[in-house]
Amino acid sequence: MDPSRKRRIRLVVALTAAILLASALVYTSFSASSASVSPSGLLRSAGAGRTYQLTGKVVDGSIRRTGDRTDFRVRDRNGGASVAVRYTGEVPDPFRDGREVIVTVRKQGDGFVGERDSLVTKCPSKFSDKQQA
Amino acid sequence: MAQVGAGCLILALATCVYGIGASLYGAATGRGQWVASGRRSVYALFLLAAAAFAVLEVAFLRSQFEFAIVASHSSTTTPPLYRAAAAWSSQEGSLLLWLFLLGLWSSLALFLTRRRLRDVVPYAQAVLLGFGAFFAALLVFAANPFETAALAPSEGVGLNPLLRYPAMMIHPPMLYSGYTLFAVPFAFAVGALVVRRVDAEWITATRRFGLAAWFFLGVGIILGARWSYAELGWGGYWAWDPVENASLLPWLTGTAFIHSVMIQEKRGMLKVWNASLVLTTGILAVLGTFLVRSGILDSIHAFGASTLGVPFVTLIALMIVGSLYLVVSRRDALRTEHRVDSLLSREAAFLGNNVVLVGLAFVVFWGTFFPLISEAVTGQKAAVGPPWFDRYTVPLALVLVLLTGIGPVIAWRRATWANARRAFALPAAAGVVTLIALLALGVGASVTSLIMVTLCAFAIAVALQELWRGTAARRAMSGEPAPLALVSLVRRNRRRYGGYLVHVGVAVLFIGVAASSAFQHAQDTRLQVGQSTRVGPYDVRYVRATSGIDVRAGDVERIRFGTVLEVTMDGRHVTTLGPDRSYYPSQAILAFGPVGRYFEGEATSDVGLKAGPLRDIWTAVQPDTSRLQPLIDKGDRLLERTASRLTPRQRSILLAQILGGLVSRYAQDPPPAQFRFLASPLVSWIWAGGLLVFAGGLIALWPAADAARRRARAGYAARVARELGRA
Repeated sequence: MDPSRKRRIRLVVALTAAILLASALVYTSFSASSASVSPSGLLRSAGAGRTYQLTGKVVDGSIRRTGDRTDFRVRDRNGGASVAVRYTGEVPDPFRDGREVIVTVRKQGDGFVGERDSLVTKCPSKFSDKQQA
Repeated sequence: MAQVGAGCLILALATCVYGIGASLYGAATGRGQWVASGRRSVYALFLLAAAAFAVLEVAFLRSQFEFAIVASHSSTTTPPLYRAAAAWSSQEGSLLLWLFLLGLWSSLALFLTRRRLRDVVPYAQAVLLGFGAFFAALLVFAANPFETAALAPSEGVGLNPLLRYPAMMIHPPMLYSGYTLFAVPFAFAVGALVVRRVDAEWITATRRFGLAAWFFLGVGIILGARWSYAELGWGGYWAWDPVENASLLPWLTGTAFIHSVMIQEKRGMLKVWNASLVLTTGILAVLGTFLVRSGILDSIHAFGASTLGVPFVTLIALMIVGSLYLVVSRRDALRTEHRVDSLLSREAAFLGNNVVLVGLAFVVFWGTFFPLISEAVTGQKAAVGPPWFDRYTVPLALVLVLLTGIGPVIAWRRATWANARRAFALPAAAGVVTLIALLALGVGASVTSLIMVTLCAFAIAVALQELWRGTAARRAMSGEPAPLALVSLVRRNRRRYGGYLVHVGVAVLFIGVAASSAFQHAQDTRLQVGQSTRVGPYDVRYVRATSGIDVRAGDVERIRFGTVLEVTMDGRHVTTLGPDRSYYPSQAILAFGPVGRYFEGEATSDVGLKAGPLRDIWTAVQPDTSRLQPLIDKGDRLLERTASRLTPRQRSILLAQILGGLVSRYAQDPPPAQFRFLASPLVSWIWAGGLLVFAGGLIALWPAADAARRRARAGYAARVARELGRA
């Protein structure tokens, strides 16, 4: 076969493969992602069975520990709306009142149940402007 | 002293602006003295940034709380070594560290190329000084590290306890060295493209800097992983967090670059690819720096200063547009000199490795920035989790390891059947034997891990076979004993054999990752003293509770609650572990009280770890301190009552006594505690693989004795020529 023709065929095959793989990647990222929502967003439109990535701040004085279960409320960063979260398992070291958290949750009854090992608490001082008192 | 530091930064900015002008004017008019003056501006930038950094370090070491960032990131109870590291835990300090390292590495690069690439260097200088000007301007106008308060507080907030870990002290300087070193090949690539001198010389001149950048960034990433494993209390070493990904992105494209430049050096191919790769790597390095400061993505790290977003986005946009323009407008000059003759050739294997690495970088990039992409497309922020990353990165990693084995030994241009048989017969046999042994041992539950370990065995065997063959050939020629022959072999071609060691290290690291993620036993449970639980093959018993207080500089630095755990297997003692948890005081004395604040501040896990070559036993504890609340309240009331009668010193002593009493009460009658237990196979292999990668990287980076001799000879010849010219 003519070498330049061979090269062109190879290029077309490689590009087609790359486009197919990239499309799969793009498609699965949309279908496998969990929506990142604030507590007020969750209160507005949480559907049963779907998972959400809840971000917000832990309401002061809301943390209750029972055995390896932790109940707490998460509120909007700049607002009062809050939702109750029941989380089972170890919570991260910096988990405290007022801290920013990200947790994957699913609706159950009136509240939300956190997925085990999904709770992350933002590291409070690194690069932040002001430390929390 | 704050004025001295701030003055240095203003001068650094002025020097950068002058240096850019001098370099470009020198290039435009061909006047060498202006170019030399531009180069000296880079040296001056380094000295000024070093002086500013020294002022900041002294302020931290001497706890000068009139400096706002010292007060907010250090304290007298922060141990001295951590006080030194606290300088770069702040936004402002870390930007200054960036500028200092940029000055250091740029000066070194321009000093080494002062007599080479005379047409390229002025533009490279201008680009490096452009980065310098950007960071100096940020430090002068937006994030001044030398801001002072009129009234200095008597005590600072202290370094975040989570960052008080040895690896964490050097993690940021390593990462920033990686980022700033990548600026050097980026700048020289821009220079080479501007003057259309796109042969391999700019690559040869900056190759070592690309390699050093890759090395430092890799060290930084591994140190971060180690910190996560040993300090964060969750037992993992990688979580696909945006901040981790930000450092991985330039490392992946940088790895592709240090491989593909070999093709350009040897065969004049892949010029567009190399130029694009190095420009992309430079952009990703700045993107990484931006990402950890912008707050645009949700990450475990909270970043307050989003004011830096606009300047960073502007710089990145400028870099992207400029890079695209340069590559597109110079595409004629970047035309390849040869083509890939066969898919069975080293060129094809390296190209494959590059495609996989860039594919990995694309996956990581897409997953990391997906919240922004999805918000732009669907109007709602959404994130992908670790399973999504694993789905794509694992198969790509498998192909990468396979190519790691094939690339170094397959022939250039076109491999023959005989060549392939000679190169791959033994390594393939090693892979098959490993596979059979693993199946015989019953390790067949995870197919992916099985394939990974088999491919790693193949890649390691290829590297060892090459070392063995090279040593044998050298012995045959020189008659040296085997160890000496091996050393001479490596010394004669450090990049090649250092590279092989890196490949062995990467394979060992991947074995560790495959085994520890597929065969980990994890257990979260609540235990009372005397109770046991089973973790994989081990029985773990909670023997007793421990506690203590640590006093530093006359104040209680932290209080500790811990446990003693006995680990047995089939009734046989394996080890005793003592995980504990440290509590550091909150600064809010009024809100929580002088005693209560020790229970409301930061807490860190000190994990109990028994690391072994085959298995790690890892434990962390979360004590329940709620039962101590009545005693805490009592202590606070006592201190309040006696406040007016006691001197500050007496108050400190009373506080220490109260806290001492509290913690011993806990140890005497401990409530049940929450534990996390992990039994993970081959985690040590990850760190051992990392060490091998570092060792290989160092060998490849170390200046070759021959090159040093050549330089000395060239210098001598130049001197002789000058003398003769004068005579």
